[in-house]
Amino acid sequence: MSLEYYLILSALLFTTGVIGVLIRRNAIIIFMCIELMLNAANLAFVAISRSLGEATGQVFVFFVMTVAAAEVAIGLAIIVSVFKHRQTVNVDEVNSLKG
Amino acid sequence: MENSQLLVLILSSIGKILIIVHLLLIGVMAMIWSERRVSGWMQDRLGPNRVGFQGILQPIADGLKFLFKEDIIPDHVDKPLYVLAPAMLLVPAMVTIAVVPFGSAITILGHEIPLQIADINIGVLYILAVTSLGVYGVVLGAWASNNKYSLLGGLRSSAQMISYELTLGLAIIGILMLTSSLSLREIAKAQGAYPWEWNFLIHFPAFLAFTTAMFAETNRLPFDLAEAEQELVAGYHTEYSSMKFAMFFMAEYMNMIVGSTVVVTLFLGGWHFFGLENMGGPVWSGLISFGIFFVKTAIFLFVFIWVRWTLPRFRYDQLMNFGWKFLMPVALSSIVVTGTLWITTGSRLIVGIGNVVSAFIVASIVAGLLVMKTPKPTIQDSDNQLTPTALDAIE
Amino acid sequence: MNAEQILFILFGAVSLIGAIAVISFRHPIYSALSLIVTFFAQAGLFILLGAHFVAAVQVIVYAGAIMVLFLFVIMLLNLGTLSVKGALGGKLKGFAIILGILFAAEGIYIAVNSLNDTAVASAESTAAAVTTTTYDIGELLFSKYLLPFEVTSLILLAALIGVIVLVKRDSQEES
Repeated sequence: MSLEYYLILSALLFTTGVIGVLIRRNAIIIFMCIELMLNAANLAFVAISRSLGEATGQVFVFFVMTVAAAEVAIGLAIIVSVFKHRQTVNVDEVNSLKG
Repeated sequence: MENSQLLVLILSSIGKILIIVHLLLIGVMAMIWSERRVSGWMQDRLGPNRVGFQGILQPIADGLKFLFKEDIIPDHVDKPLYVLAPAMLLVPAMVTIAVVPFGSAITILGHEIPLQIADINIGVLYILAVTSLGVYGVVLGAWASNNKYSLLGGLRSSAQMISYELTLGLAIIGILMLTSSLSLREIAKAQGAYPWEWNFLIHFPAFLAFTTAMFAETNRLPFDLAEAEQELVAGYHTEYSSMKFAMFFMAEYMNMIVGSTVVVTLFLGGWHFFGLENMGGPVWSGLISFGIFFVKTAIFLFVFIWVRWTLPRFRYDQLMNFGWKFLMPVALSSIVVTGTLWITTGSRLIVGIGNVVSAFIVASIVAGLLVMKTPKPTIQDSDNQLTPTALDAIE
Repeated sequence: MNAEQILFILFGAVSLIGAIAVISFRHPIYSALSLIVTFFAQAGLFILLGAHFVAAVQVIVYAGAIMVLFLFVIMLLNLGTLSVKGALGGKLKGFAIILGILFAAEGIYIAVNSLNDTAVASAESTAAAVTTTTYDIGELLFSKYLLPFEVTSLILLAALIGVIVLVKRDSQEES
């Protein structure tokens, strides 16, 4: 399989994530879509790493995963605390900066 | 030549898969029988002894009973997930065994057949990955049941499994550093023939941490908070009946068996035992090594039952404290000490001693801090943590 | 078609279908499960690409830890009964989808055409079907990328403290 097919797949996955962020209003699902986009980027990294024949791309995937894990932990904590205050996870209803 | 080798590979793989999966299923039945008999022995009663010789056919009778029971799917459940959940617990339990080497190798007609379904170069990571999936069966079963006891059991168990998985992973790292391989076969091979060359002495604290975490992963006493009968009816499988319940039940026993094989491979020398595994010809040595592995696993499984009737169940906050404040620091310190001592001295003896000393120091420090910090009963502040009781606060 | 192509199509299709399911299911639990399926298919793609370590870490980190957290939160907040109004909605839905398709087209165009004059494309012919071992990644991680590696540990520490602060403050306000 040549590199292009992997990159096309990666682009499609990324786009799906973008559409998800745009059309869904549930904060948790928006979060999942962000994960999807990060994963699409990971796929491109690994594909290019294979194509270049070296492991650097995979090291970057490692970093991306670390950042994703940190981001999910904090993001979900924020969602939980927003839910405690507002009883909602709809991003449209969470529109004021004051708690 | 190329073709015949491929043929041997395919045939032997199919043979090994069939044998191992059936052994696993028979092992589950044997475990159910022996658990009940050993429990009976420990409590000075008989246990099942009517069906067949010494009640040995009791598990078959139980299985038939499950099969003939009505398979009830309650109205209030989320049907797709309710049906899917038992399988999601059973499958990870079963596929873990694929990378465990259960013996050295058998040579038939010039072809060497390693006694292992797949020797992949990331075996340890594969085991960690697959065991981390077991939690889905519990969580989804709990959620799909749409029952508050189930949900509480599921939440407890997911928090517990995530917490103890960390220890499970960290405890292995010391071994990986000394073996410098992720393949389970390499790890088993690197341990010598004699017990004092096995990993459990070199990494004694890690061994204890790993075993404890494994008990927690299999949801066995003293960590069976997910299905604490007295508090939660039966936890996540309250709403299940017939074969679906039996699948949860089988998955638990299968997890025990697979976990024992992993411990035997990683810490207890795999198929090695005083050089006995090298006796006999090319065929017999393989079979003997398999026998040694089998006996070691059986002994470890006995420990499971033994612990069940020895230790009472933890309280929920005790469970979390134990996992995060004792096992994690001990496992972490063992990584640091193993790395440092191995690089500086290169002696397994010193690494072993250093591990025990450091674990002792870390455990005493943590225990001292906990004693100093607990002026009031801890039950009161369990409301503030993200425990199932937080659920009531939110609703 | 050889085995790799068949597997690529299989895994690629599963991951795409899973991704679309994530954004189309109404119920967050089903979205989360679809996302797990996508992650698994991607792990399969990583194995196809010879990145065994990354595939294992993908399953451990994403399927084993991150998605369990998601499920945990969904169950804890009991979002099933509390349906989010306009879950699939907004006036901009059609606009978003058109934008997405344009975006996808752009991505594909870049993937197909712009590779020609880059270093990646020129290296492609020489690349054999290599498997990256854990050893290779470890060596890079602890030599060339040591500093970034240490920084990731700081990120995790910051996240850890951040989460504890968030949750603790909430519970203090309540009491």
